[in-house]
Amino acid sequence: MREFAYQRAARVHDALLAVAGDRNARYLGGGTNLVDLMKCGVERPTRLVDVRRLPLDGVHVAPGGGLVIGATTTNSDAAAHPEVRRRFPALSQALLAGASGQLRNMATVGGNLLQRTRCGYFADLSRPCNKRLPGSGCAAIAGVHHNHAVLGHSAHCVATHPSDMAVALAAFDAVVRYQSLDGGGEIPLSRFYLPVGDRPDLETALPPGALITAVALPGVPGSLRSRYRKVRERASYAFATVSVAAALDVRDGVVRDVRIAMGGVASRPWRAGSAEAVLRGARPTPDRLRACAEEALSGAEPLPDNGYKVLLAKNLIAAVLGELAAAEEVG
Amino acid sequence: MSPDRTVGAVGASRPRIEGGLKVTGAARYTADVPMPGLVHGQLVTATTSRGRVRDVDASTALGMPGVLGVLDHRNAPRLNPKAGNYFGPDGSLLLLQDEVVPYAGWPVALVVAETPEQARAAAAALRVTCDAEPHDLDFDMDHPAARPASTAFGPEADTGDLEAELAACAVVVEERYRTPEESHCAMEPHASTAWWEGDHLHALDANQGAFSVSEVLAALWSIDRERVHVRSEHVGGGFGGKGVCGPQMILASMASKRFGRPVRIAMTRAQVFETTSSRPRTEQLVTIGADADGRLRAVGHRAAYALSPLAEYIEACTEQAKVLYAAPAIRTRLTAVPLDVLPPASMRGPGATPGSFALESAIDEVAERLDVDPVRLRLRNQPSVAPVSGLPFSTRRLVSCVQEGARRFGWAARDRRPRSRREGPLLIGTGMATASFSAGVFPSTASITAEVDGTFTVSVGASDIGTGARTALTAVAADALGVDAGRVRLRIGDSDLGMAWGAGGSRGTTSWSFAITEAAKELRGRLGDPARPVTATVDTSALIDFQPGRERQTFSAVFAEVAVDPATGEVRVRRLLGVFAVGRVINPLLARGQVVGGMVMGLSMALHEESVRDPRTGRLANGDFAGYHIAAHADVPDVEADFVPDYEPLDPSGFNGLGEIGTAGTAAAIANAVWHATGTRQRTLPIRLDRVLEPVAAGKDTEGATEGADHAVTRGA
Amino acid sequence: MTDHTRSGISLRVNDVSHRLSVDNRRTLLDALREDLGLTGPKKGCDHGQCGACTVLCDGRRVVSCLTLAVAADGAAVTTVEGLAAGGELRPLQEAFVRLDGFQCGFCTPGQLCSAVGVLAEHEAGWPSAVTADDDPERTPELDEAEVRERMSGNLCRCGAYPSIVRAVLEAAARQGGAA
Repeated sequence: MREFAYQRAARVHDALLAVAGDRNARYLGGGTNLVDLMKCGVERPTRLVDVRRLPLDGVHVAPGGGLVIGATTTNSDAAAHPEVRRRFPALSQALLAGASGQLRNMATVGGNLLQRTRCGYFADLSRPCNKRLPGSGCAAIAGVHHNHAVLGHSAHCVATHPSDMAVALAAFDAVVRYQSLDGGGEIPLSRFYLPVGDRPDLETALPPGALITAVALPGVPGSLRSRYRKVRERASYAFATVSVAAALDVRDGVVRDVRIAMGGVASRPWRAGSAEAVLRGARPTPDRLRACAEEALSGAEPLPDNGYKVLLAKNLIAAVLGELAAAEEVG
Repeated sequence: MSPDRTVGAVGASRPRIEGGLKVTGAARYTADVPMPGLVHGQLVTATTSRGRVRDVDASTALGMPGVLGVLDHRNAPRLNPKAGNYFGPDGSLLLLQDEVVPYAGWPVALVVAETPEQARAAAAALRVTCDAEPHDLDFDMDHPAARPASTAFGPEADTGDLEAELAACAVVVEERYRTPEESHCAMEPHASTAWWEGDHLHALDANQGAFSVSEVLAALWSIDRERVHVRSEHVGGGFGGKGVCGPQMILASMASKRFGRPVRIAMTRAQVFETTSSRPRTEQLVTIGADADGRLRAVGHRAAYALSPLAEYIEACTEQAKVLYAAPAIRTRLTAVPLDVLPPASMRGPGATPGSFALESAIDEVAERLDVDPVRLRLRNQPSVAPVSGLPFSTRRLVSCVQEGARRFGWAARDRRPRSRREGPLLIGTGMATASFSAGVFPSTASITAEVDGTFTVSVGASDIGTGARTALTAVAADALGVDAGRVRLRIGDSDLGMAWGAGGSRGTTSWSFAITEAAKELRGRLGDPARPVTATVDTSALIDFQPGRERQTFSAVFAEVAVDPATGEVRVRRLLGVFAVGRVINPLLARGQVVGGMVMGLSMALHEESVRDPRTGRLANGDFAGYHIAAHADVPDVEADFVPDYEPLDPSGFNGLGEIGTAGTAAAIANAVWHATGTRQRTLPIRLDRVLEPVAAGKDTEGATEGADHAVTRGA
Repeated sequence: MTDHTRSGISLRVNDVSHRLSVDNRRTLLDALREDLGLTGPKKGCDHGQCGACTVLCDGRRVVSCLTLAVAADGAAVTTVEGLAAGGELRPLQEAFVRLDGFQCGFCTPGQLCSAVGVLAEHEAGWPSAVTADDDPERTPELDEAEVRERMSGNLCRCGAYPSIVRAVLEAAARQGGAA
């Protein structure tokens, strides 16, 4: 790890000023990913600006039944918050499915959004990686990619996004709020993560130097049920192989609203809009759920060693929607 | 000495003697021990599987704060190339002696600095240039370089006429099984602190046998073994990965020699993965023939494993084919395939663990083809004497293990048809396996001093790497001396305590106990004046009968129940029971912990573990705990284990080792249960999601996928 | 000129206050081990992947290997050395010894600190990934499955998991928790 200067910001504006113009400066939140990457030599900041103690934490109910979750709220606090659990169960479940109790106590909501991929080549300085070193190539395409992307990847990068939380946020049409020296702004989660293209190192639409201040979730009707399920190679404490955040609102036997987002399949949380259309306005019969799941993966382009993810994702979508539909009948 | 107790310490459940130290953080492991003047070494390793170091550019690193210097093959102290290990010469000990890179992860330089952060930063600034050469990691049983394995552990089996018997069989199963490269993953990374005082080398080191490490160091430095002093008071697990003199120890001794300061090397987790050792990949072809009535006529077990040309190694996968079943024809063939791999080392239940997966899966396949109960098939084919050697077993309580296990597990109620049990979307299956593991004793020395205050100091070069040796040996000594355990003080973990076998081969406790028992005998005959301390020392080398004329083995039966979600491929072990015959049990509480821990490692092997290597460089692609999964809390049910009454007549106290038998049968029991659940055989480990996942028909399997049923999977309830 | 790569920090560790000057790169784990001589917290992976370095930081369990010491300035830290108040083992520690909730003992300091955190989190009503999310107001019952899930950030290669879970549940019952 290279030596670095450290300062703790008391106010958001101080943090913005401290980072402004210094491309080797980084905001430090919980540190669970950044400190790790600094140890690996992937991140080499010369200045850390600690934003963890900025007064940006807490969960607030917004007019219209939505929630605003402050950027420095820990993953634990967000997951345990009664309003999150009541209104957005899939978000609480996604947070709880991530990492470990210790890491959730450290990690912030803002930092969670900015996690970097866990592709092994990204952290291996001896190998090419376009995300780490633009233009150097992608070692995963001809290498080990059993747990890499099947959707939305490019010839330049096939890594997946590791966040569970962001998958649930994608399903709930969350909006990322930020501050920069030019003022504040909002970016819908659907546009927050950039397509891979030929610059996989450019991951988010956040302006340079901007600081995430909150995530806002628009209100949903009480009849919208949601669920997050994560499949991985261990029962806990592992990144997703495939995960699904789904929400379903069935009234009079007809689907009024449906949301489907997938994790572990792409460089960003993958919202399956066209699949939702298959179900919207229809009866959630097993055949229809299956058709919906098929549509969600219709654009999949698996790599030589990860074709199983396509079947797994289809099965998982059908299963989670089936559970939600069954609960609907009972409840 | 007054016999102040009537009930023996052996046989009683007692918590670990050092338990209080371990739950308060007071137990000091190698990297915990403070040392004045300490400096820190950081390894730099090769990233290619074969090649030559062209240049090590230390110009930047040497100018960084706190850096004392850099060792590489051009300036490192010279070591004796004749030094070796248990199997003979071992090139993997000869670090920084030449420019050759024999595997990815090979140490190519060592940076020494005042603080760990400085050493790490300087190591990152070191520029090592390697000329990569084509490497070969294409493991295959029929690889052109494949050769017969060493027969140092005994000859191959060649009993009867295999082909003739197979031709006469009603059913023949011939299947190929594969197990991946695996990593020991002791929670304590390898660490060492070394310093020289004149021509004496002192070290604190994390290992499984301080005496054998001192022997290797003495050979490497061409000095008398008495001048090497290695201490290893508390060791954070080994599982075979700390059985040899590790690179951290050798490099720390070299750096201390060079810089004249005590040097600590605490390997990073990534280095433990890539630089220490692994269980080798295996490919195994098992051929079993049986009559229609379930009598086995032929057992053929051909196994190949990968190894490095740097050192000899035996992964004795075929041993159980010589022990478990009676058959007129038994043939084993063990093949070594030299490749540019990380040199393998014994890993918990070496040979037997991958071997058992193949053999006991194949036996299950025979039961399937014959449509007989797998427990019945096994019981029908028990040998009365060892089927290959023809020797009687010293004790063989395997049938009791199987019967007791079947009773406790409720095996009789099992419907043996696959895919016959469902709970909502889940498929439920049960499976079992038996296992054996060779037992025995190796030479050791022990000294016992009767102190004037009525206590006894027992000194033996034992290691407690978590096995409970400290506690078990105290009980053994107490009974041998006929005194209360509270009067016995045990000293272990120090090469100065004399020649001793290490914690390995399931032979540590038997070897040390034998020496302690003999020393106690000797001492009791010499006690006279209670005002003067009296010491008795015994070396068991001459007392051990290495040709006892009987087969000495431990046995087990393992039963598993799994829940499989075919839609996701998730496999959860819901029940796991092992019943063991391991001679007389010294401390049931700690012994149960050992075999339960062994089964947990077997579960982990069955479902999770696999070292994955990049095809281009041969480098580990998952050399950390986020990529190389070992079972976590949530993967492990309330594992049950028990022991059948047993006594080993070849041991003076009736003991056998039990550190490895727990791991051996578990993967096969779980794989057999997965077959029973799904109807699909899993012949390659680990049983990954993608190997289990099935297309789920619309409207069929999704029905009943309720919240409650799903929790049965996620909760393992 | 001041050295921007070092900082003066204060830590209250096991009820003792310390002032330290640390390299900004120094993790809380290394500060505890190297500067304060508290070697109970262990370096099992140094990347937040094993839990052996777990300590309580302002009452919450964290991995000290990914916590920069400078960022913990002002925190109250409890390590395994601080769990036995007045030298008396707390029920959790006693249960670990009696039920053999460890073998080599290397992961034990982390398991213990994590378990203390788990019991507090459960008492605060926090759910886990296996909690049936039917009623956000109800504190989930702390059963085996809950303990296993909540303790999953602490790896144990000796495989002492079953007795660790028993020890945690026993301590929870004695502590008067919901279990």
